[in-house]
Amino acid sequence: MLLITCPFCGPRPEIEFSYGGQAHIERPKDPMSLDDQSWAEYLYIRSNPRGIHAERWRHINGCARFFNVRRNTITDEILATYKMGESPASCSEELDLSAKGGAVR
Amino acid sequence: MKRFSAISLVREALRGHSRWPRQWRSPEPKPAYDVVIVGGGGHGLATAFYLADRYGVRNVAVVEKGWIGGGNTGRNTTIIRSNYLFDESARFYEHALKLWEGLSQQLNYNVMYSPRGVLMLAHNVHDVQSFKRHVHANRLNGIDNEWLSPQECKEYCPPLNIGGQMRYPILGGALQRRGGTARHDAVAWGYARAADAHGVDIIENCEVTGIRRGTSGQVEGIETTRGYIRAGKVGVVAAGNTSVVMNMAGVRLPLESFPLQALVSEPVKPAFPCVLMSNTIHAYISQSDKGELVIGAGTDAYTSYSQRGALHITNHTLDAICELAPMFRRLRMLRNWGGVVDVTPDRSPIVAKTPVPGLYLNCGWGTGGFKATPGSGDLFAWTIAKDEPHAINAPFTIERFREGVMIDEAAAAAVAH
Repeated sequence: MLLITCPFCGPRPEIEFSYGGQAHIERPKDPMSLDDQSWAEYLYIRSNPRGIHAERWRHINGCARFFNVRRNTITDEILATYKMGESPASCSEELDLSAKGGAVR
Repeated sequence: MKRFSAISLVREALRGHSRWPRQWRSPEPKPAYDVVIVGGGGHGLATAFYLADRYGVRNVAVVEKGWIGGGNTGRNTTIIRSNYLFDESARFYEHALKLWEGLSQQLNYNVMYSPRGVLMLAHNVHDVQSFKRHVHANRLNGIDNEWLSPQECKEYCPPLNIGGQMRYPILGGALQRRGGTARHDAVAWGYARAADAHGVDIIENCEVTGIRRGTSGQVEGIETTRGYIRAGKVGVVAAGNTSVVMNMAGVRLPLESFPLQALVSEPVKPAFPCVLMSNTIHAYISQSDKGELVIGAGTDAYTSYSQRGALHITNHTLDAICELAPMFRRLRMLRNWGGVVDVTPDRSPIVAKTPVPGLYLNCGWGTGGFKATPGSGDLFAWTIAKDEPHAINAPFTIERFREGVMIDEAAAAAVAH
């Protein structure tokens, strides 16, 4: 079970949270102007990286607020959590993985 | 290939089983192949076998980064059934089920296919309506599936608790009698041995690190940890790692990789006659020939490549098992493990050509790929050999997500299936 640090409530067990999928996918400002391919990419295409993943979680059984997490999907280690609207904290491990030629993003 | 028979068994028994040959070679990769299959699991090995056996393509290699059958093929709960709701899925899984029925004879390898029946339990009014709809849809497609009352469920599966005090009472069940199990390791080994006999090179410990494309975009070959291999066509069957491999060719997919856990109990005497599934309370259970109860859970919440999941998921499943079959309450669990399953938005697979010429894709089997192994291998081999999909797998494209022609088994089953 993951130990997730909610930016509002502090460290709590995974069962207090729900998973919200890949983070930083912006809803197109004008969906009607998109062609089918772009709309399908927005809806369905995901990075699914073997490495660092930016994702949303919601503290559903706590403060009920959404926030972002950066997690290594090879080890499940959580590198950072940050509030919605904030930019991701820089992660030194991401650089390490890139140097080794690992697939990041 | 030295064929297995009653006579060969007796002869080798008298020699103390000391002269059985290796079941498949361990060749060095050749510089070039007509077709290279990326991924040596059940689906990949089956693809190579059918390419050579049915479609006359014999200059084939299977590259596997670990050992064959060491991924999800060796990490599943071995359930086989074809009672899917939609016509497209029903045709696909039924094609596979028909191949299962003659597979041991075809491969000359005992895959221990056991059609002991798969019983799917209904716990609420919605389940009852949904499963009855499945039963009728299946019958229209010529697939056996029947509705059982709670009492009939109990007669078919005596350890089942149908008492009125349950948190999730049993209101009936849908039974597919031709469903059952097979031995997953034997499936990988049987396909490997039979493919090898046709001249297919099975190259283990060989990880793909890049996909090389020519000036017009077509596939030219693959970079691996054992050197560059030229290939006329490349078929990617990499399950949970599909996104990673396809990224090397610049193709982004509607896939996410989740951990899926399973576990086995200590072995006990034969006590459980069928496969029991409950989608509503997330548990499935059968008994292996070794006597262990094989138990499967739902996926974990988050994407991961770690091949492990959280304990609260298995706890939840064991809660359900203990209520469904109270006689197992004091059983100890021997071991648990996780696989990495690649899940599509509609929970149906992709078996298709890709936008890259010469690159073919078989993925998205999610939590239920084992049952499709022979059918998936056969149809993918057809697609590669003829450069066009078979009628059965034609609907299972990548483009369906753009065009909105989903095969929405996710909505049909209401959970991962």
